[in-house]
Amino acid sequence: MLQKIGVKKIDDLFIDIKPQHKPKSFNLPKGKSEFEVLEYLKSLSAKNSTQLVPFIGGGYYDHYVPAVVSALTSRGEFFTAYTPYQPECSQGTLQSLFEYQSMICAMTDMEVSNASLYEGGTALYEAVMMALRITGRKKVLVDGGVSPIHKKIIHSYTDNLHYEFVETPVIHGQASRAAIKELLNKDIAAVVVQNPNFFGAIDDYTDIVDMAHKCGALVVESVYPISLGILKTPGEMGVDIVTGEGQSLGLALNFGGPYLGFMATKKEFVRKMPGRIVGQTVDTQGRRCYVNTLQAREQHIRREKATSNICTNVALCAIQAVIFMSLVGKQGFKELAGINADKAEYMKQCLAKIKGVEVKRSSPTFNEFTVCLPKDASSVVEVMIKKGFAAGFPLSRYYKGMDNYMIVAVTEKRTKAEIDAYVKALGEILLK
Amino acid sequence: MINKLVPLIFDDSVKGRRGYVNPPSGVDTKAPIPQAYLRKSECNWPEVSELDVVRHFTRLSRMNYSVDTHFYPLGSCTMKYNPRITEKIAQLSGFTDLHPLLPQLKHGEKFAQGALQVLYEMEQLLCEITGFKAFTMQPLAGAHGELSGVMMIAAYHKAKGNNKKNILVPDAAHGTNPATAAIVGYEIVSVKTAPNGELDIEDLKTKVNQDTAGMMMTCPDTHGIFQSQIDQIAEIIHAVDGLMYYDGANLNAILGRCRPGDVGFDVMHINIHKTFSAPHGGGGPGSGPVGVGERLLPFLPISRVVKNTDGDFALNYDYPQSVGYVASFYGNFSVILKAFAYTLLLGGQGLKETSDHAVLNANYVRACLKDRYELPYDRICMHEVVFSASEQVKRGVHTLDIAKFLIDKGFHPPTIYFPMTVKEAIMIEPTETESRQSIDEFIQAMIEADELSKTDPESFHNMPTTMPISRPDDVKAAKDINTCYHC
Amino acid sequence: MEIIEHYHYTKDHEWVCIEEDLVVVGITDYAQSSLGDITFVELPAVDTEVEQFEELASVESVKAASDIFSPLGGKIVDVNHNLEEEPGLINRSPYDRGWIAKIVASDMDQLGNLMNAEEYESFLATEQE
Repeated sequence: MLQKIGVKKIDDLFIDIKPQHKPKSFNLPKGKSEFEVLEYLKSLSAKNSTQLVPFIGGGYYDHYVPAVVSALTSRGEFFTAYTPYQPECSQGTLQSLFEYQSMICAMTDMEVSNASLYEGGTALYEAVMMALRITGRKKVLVDGGVSPIHKKIIHSYTDNLHYEFVETPVIHGQASRAAIKELLNKDIAAVVVQNPNFFGAIDDYTDIVDMAHKCGALVVESVYPISLGILKTPGEMGVDIVTGEGQSLGLALNFGGPYLGFMATKKEFVRKMPGRIVGQTVDTQGRRCYVNTLQAREQHIRREKATSNICTNVALCAIQAVIFMSLVGKQGFKELAGINADKAEYMKQCLAKIKGVEVKRSSPTFNEFTVCLPKDASSVVEVMIKKGFAAGFPLSRYYKGMDNYMIVAVTEKRTKAEIDAYVKALGEILLK
Repeated sequence: MINKLVPLIFDDSVKGRRGYVNPPSGVDTKAPIPQAYLRKSECNWPEVSELDVVRHFTRLSRMNYSVDTHFYPLGSCTMKYNPRITEKIAQLSGFTDLHPLLPQLKHGEKFAQGALQVLYEMEQLLCEITGFKAFTMQPLAGAHGELSGVMMIAAYHKAKGNNKKNILVPDAAHGTNPATAAIVGYEIVSVKTAPNGELDIEDLKTKVNQDTAGMMMTCPDTHGIFQSQIDQIAEIIHAVDGLMYYDGANLNAILGRCRPGDVGFDVMHINIHKTFSAPHGGGGPGSGPVGVGERLLPFLPISRVVKNTDGDFALNYDYPQSVGYVASFYGNFSVILKAFAYTLLLGGQGLKETSDHAVLNANYVRACLKDRYELPYDRICMHEVVFSASEQVKRGVHTLDIAKFLIDKGFHPPTIYFPMTVKEAIMIEPTETESRQSIDEFIQAMIEADELSKTDPESFHNMPTTMPISRPDDVKAAKDINTCYHC
Repeated sequence: MEIIEHYHYTKDHEWVCIEEDLVVVGITDYAQSSLGDITFVELPAVDTEVEQFEELASVESVKAASDIFSPLGGKIVDVNHNLEEEPGLINRSPYDRGWIAKIVASDMDQLGNLMNAEEYESFLATEQE
């Protein structure tokens, strides 16, 4: 090969890298065998406490992932392909993403979905930017029930831009209508809400949508997908842009990623939506087929005028989700959501019987709820870990003055026996 | 590969059919959710059996070309083989079942020591590979890394009280560069390419001034050419207190040969799925860690993984000048885990050899095809080579036609019509993991395409003919927008 | 490439035609042919003011997107709503049925910043090199 190229040695191919460009150091370990690397990483894997019985949610849930999901996505044809630039030899990925988009639309009752974004937090930021673009306004109202993690992301991304964000308070667990009504005017681009909110409360935002639309503002809603098996959908409320964290749709917790940001909107806003979109069309012989469409919105064509700088989506995660949604199906989804809500209700009732524990009841919840303990929740959670439970997420991590509060999540994986044991352990700890 | 259409899964749906059994509720309570909060509409997910699902998606998968099934020389995308052991490691339950909020509990870090150690050790390895002081593993893709990096540049100037408006971007850059800088609030100033394919330094000088916040560069650039005057470019930018951004899309060409941190760059992102061989997943998930030198250290996103004096790993959020959260958690952890395993497998010498062989293979393709296809920059290239189909166009055969010819020959086409600086561009990146035999077969197909363009140029226009579909109607897709089965 | 004799042209390939007290704006035959099949036109709002060479509209094809800059400053009094349903009118009839907006020009002297047909023709010749 060197001879064909016309050089003597491989070093001759690097002539443009001048002596002054050489590395000052490149002191890396020697390569290892497959077996050694596996053993080392098994040892690190064992240092993580995944045997705790998890009652932590916060937007990221311990749902069961059916075996079929990974069996199918571990097919090399899916996971070793790339962005479907050549549609003729990428129909597998494209059709899967079209089906994904269709199921996200069905789940949210919206008209168009993109082919996925990085994760729930950045998806919400993209939705806010989209609302700012559509309205041409500069101010956004963010309800206090929106995930504090996602709010932090929005703030860091917009720090260098001239937009204003105003947080509206949560009253009795839900978004304050009075505050939103007072702040809404013709300068507001969007009202951002979440359902269920970070404290677990569920809501019907139809009235907020009506108020916002009267001022020409949009409503952006972040939703927890599993809840939509039974809860009122963003489409039914008239919401304009929907996003959410799709981890619950067949993805493992994986210490924070990869996850799946989904986004759906009304047809009239499709050209303002970021991210890849798969569209149905026909080939030269009139056969149904799929392509990446509306690419003129995207960075590789629009460059500095693109709707977003996003290049890829998280195709494989979206394919995991579409397989999950296909398996669970229409009836199974309703059932799954119901099981989550019913088990959480059981746990609420059990916890309420413990002396000194107050379960917040001011608004209905889905599968996560706020509990007020008679002492510092962080310390209680720490003791509960010793008894084998990841008992909840203390709110003091993100909220000042909420030291005794925590949120507790229950999924279909938690058995009655686990819940009973948790309640017993907590009762014992609080007695001391 | 199957070459007939697969019905949509919705078409297989039969009322009442189930593919999955939920675990039992096991409790007698019913959640008392008021009617007003309940869904009235039906969620039209399909009703299919488990076998229906398995067969449907297995068939769909067989309509794809992939690295596992076909040579995939997609320039700038680095479609190298993904070692299977890294997939196995990413499936270890100690990683997959770990909740990201666990280490945010009081003293919670001790329950995620293994995962934090992976992040910490990978950061150390990346620092040594690139010559930077620290990395954040949070960015979730290359473009997301760019965004995080440019946000840090903005934070640096803000902290210094600099009022700067522009980011310089070469005209051959990836579209993400200008899109990113614009999203952070900068104006884009484009810099020309010189006749030798490198950046035009004279043009650069006319465009640099006190408004220059920084410059984004890919090196080797999208022509596959290393900027031999990179240190000089850095000096020009630094002279006005601008910062140098290294787009790490092509880092895979220079491992062990040059470190961006040593030659004047202040910040870079790495496309983990390219250089460090995490699978591309049909378009993500990616991972785009960002490295910084001394100047940008205080501005790194939070959290950061630190090693305490007792040897334990912890999350530190106490960096007052930080740009803040760029992602919900600590990055695309399992993608980073795969890259970590890959780096340990190869070691320093192995990594250097990946670059050596990637560059050797690209130059071999260049040498074998340069008499057939125009080489806009006829010089030694790095890990990829850019041709132009300008000669074939004279015979009525365009780059797109050649791409479709290659599909029929069993090759995924190279990147086409990019970079935009080259007309009818064909950008070939064979990668280091392909054998000489598979590269020779590809070269032979490219030669056949050239021959056919002389003898029967018309025949290209119906290609491909061996796929489940022929060329799709993109105009119809963009005009009659149909993105959803039910809507 | 067709060029209309009495129209005025910009370097970004927009044209302007003077009709009594209004000016009509569109994109040239060259522009539509370089863009290819146009799939979408984003029209401006009627009654808005626009400066000369300021962004007026944008057109999209499958592989490209292009901003349209206003050849003259003034107030937009009408837009071609037919383009919403039939963006391809720009391809089929760039100088007539594919017009984009009508403007009441604020300063007709700005015509001096534009090219006449002959100048535009030689400009195109240099562009195509």
